[in-house]
Amino acid sequence: MSADSSTSQEIPNPAVDGSELIRFDKVVKRYGSNTVLDELDFSVASGKHVTLIGPSGSGKTTILRLLMTLVKPDEGTIKVGDNYLTHEERNGKLVPAGEKHVREVRKNIGMVFQQFNLFPNMKVLRNITEAPVTVLGLSKDEAEQRARELLDLVGLGDRCDAYPSQLSGGQQQRVAIARALAMRPQVLLLDEVTSALDPELVAGVLDVLRDIAHTTDITMLCVTHEMSFARDISDQVLMFDSGRVIESGTPEKIFTEPEHERTREFLSAVL
Amino acid sequence: MMSSEFFGNWFLPGIWITVQVTLLSAALAFVIAFPIGVLRTNRLWIVRFLAGAYFEIFRSTSSLVFMFWIAFTVPPVFNISFQPMFAGVLALGITYGAYASEIVRGALAAVPPAQREAGIALNFTPAQRLRRIELPQAWPEMIPPFNNLLIELLKGTSLVSLIAVADMTFAGDLLRLVKNESAPIYTLLLALYFVFAFVLTRGMRLLERHAKKRIGQAPEKTGLFSGMRAKSSIDAVTGTGGAK
Repeated sequence: MSADSSTSQEIPNPAVDGSELIRFDKVVKRYGSNTVLDELDFSVASGKHVTLIGPSGSGKTTILRLLMTLVKPDEGTIKVGDNYLTHEERNGKLVPAGEKHVREVRKNIGMVFQQFNLFPNMKVLRNITEAPVTVLGLSKDEAEQRARELLDLVGLGDRCDAYPSQLSGGQQQRVAIARALAMRPQVLLLDEVTSALDPELVAGVLDVLRDIAHTTDITMLCVTHEMSFARDISDQVLMFDSGRVIESGTPEKIFTEPEHERTREFLSAVL
Repeated sequence: MMSSEFFGNWFLPGIWITVQVTLLSAALAFVIAFPIGVLRTNRLWIVRFLAGAYFEIFRSTSSLVFMFWIAFTVPPVFNISFQPMFAGVLALGITYGAYASEIVRGALAAVPPAQREAGIALNFTPAQRLRRIELPQAWPEMIPPFNNLLIELLKGTSLVSLIAVADMTFAGDLLRLVKNESAPIYTLLLALYFVFAFVLTRGMRLLERHAKKRIGQAPEKTGLFSGMRAKSSIDAVTGTGGAK
């Protein structure tokens, strides 16, 4: 055990300087005989806001789940900063990463889920403070102060003592955003975060995310069907089809003059 | 019906013994159930196999024969001696611990996978996820099936009378021999087991309400017999009872 801990010394946080932060290299993901990602190559520069669009089943959500280490790639490698996410180098060879290495790299990544996934057994404040206290080792006071600031940011400063079940979907999702930000991730993954919300609650959540996108240097990777939101916050839009990136560019280019026939079809269907 | 002397000398102590055997075996079963139930979800197959072997072996052996085995074969072989009650508590605790481990495993499996994923996204270790997220959410789901099992255990304690532990069934048997009367004595015994079971059920119901409140679920309306209702799907997998 001690030998194991000595090999995984602190891995420095990736820098925020527009350099490459995430790199997928020939990543293959299959579910049974269905190949969801087919030798996918793509990268995201630090501080950028990237939106993934495409028909359902095209592998967008799988990319986020791979980055969050909720699923493992069948082939290929993923790098976050200078470190492999699901592999580690041992004696010059690339081997599947141990839990400790994965946690060390994963600490740079946060995720907001479609179904919020708040912890129903904890009140709002503790949903946000639990991980900073248990995982990062913050003091309770420090974590609570940070949590209250974040709750103010998402407009829920007065709901600290509510249980998640007492909140609307939109409020729950805003708490989930605050919870992810409390870990100070470099990368925030947003997985169709408004798809489960009633239409009148969508705007509040998107406003919060717009605010975060415009006021922080956090890197965002966003799967969404809200095209106007994508247009608003994205530096880059990637169009997926059948597990591959078929077109990428600035939102202006993708939404106004898409080159690819599939992109045109998709956009005319959703816009 | 019975002399006050007999009542004071045999029946009251018998009731106390039944209470003791029930609580001690339940405590032992509880302490066994959590590690075994959790280990049965471990990612290492050898750990799952060993914990599963414990469950299968002790679920499938007669607790009465196991009690005889502990009381009569262990002392001569290992050249030790212990109170018969110790053998009774051990046999019941180990057997019911196996049943209860299935409740723990089932309740953990019923926690939505999305909760595990949220825990991974916040970089908790597997042990932290278990303790902070999965067990607290699974706990209220365990209580109704635990209640069933506890009542089974209470009734199962009458087996200790067969290894000469003077519980209330033992006292009743003795009284039957002395008085040569069966009906009033066995009726009284049945009534006593019912009263104890009822008290346990009320207690477990309170515990469940408290547990649900702690995880932010509104407690359900409660009536005199509401606790008798089977509430959880986990009940189905812990069909105990039958041959002892």
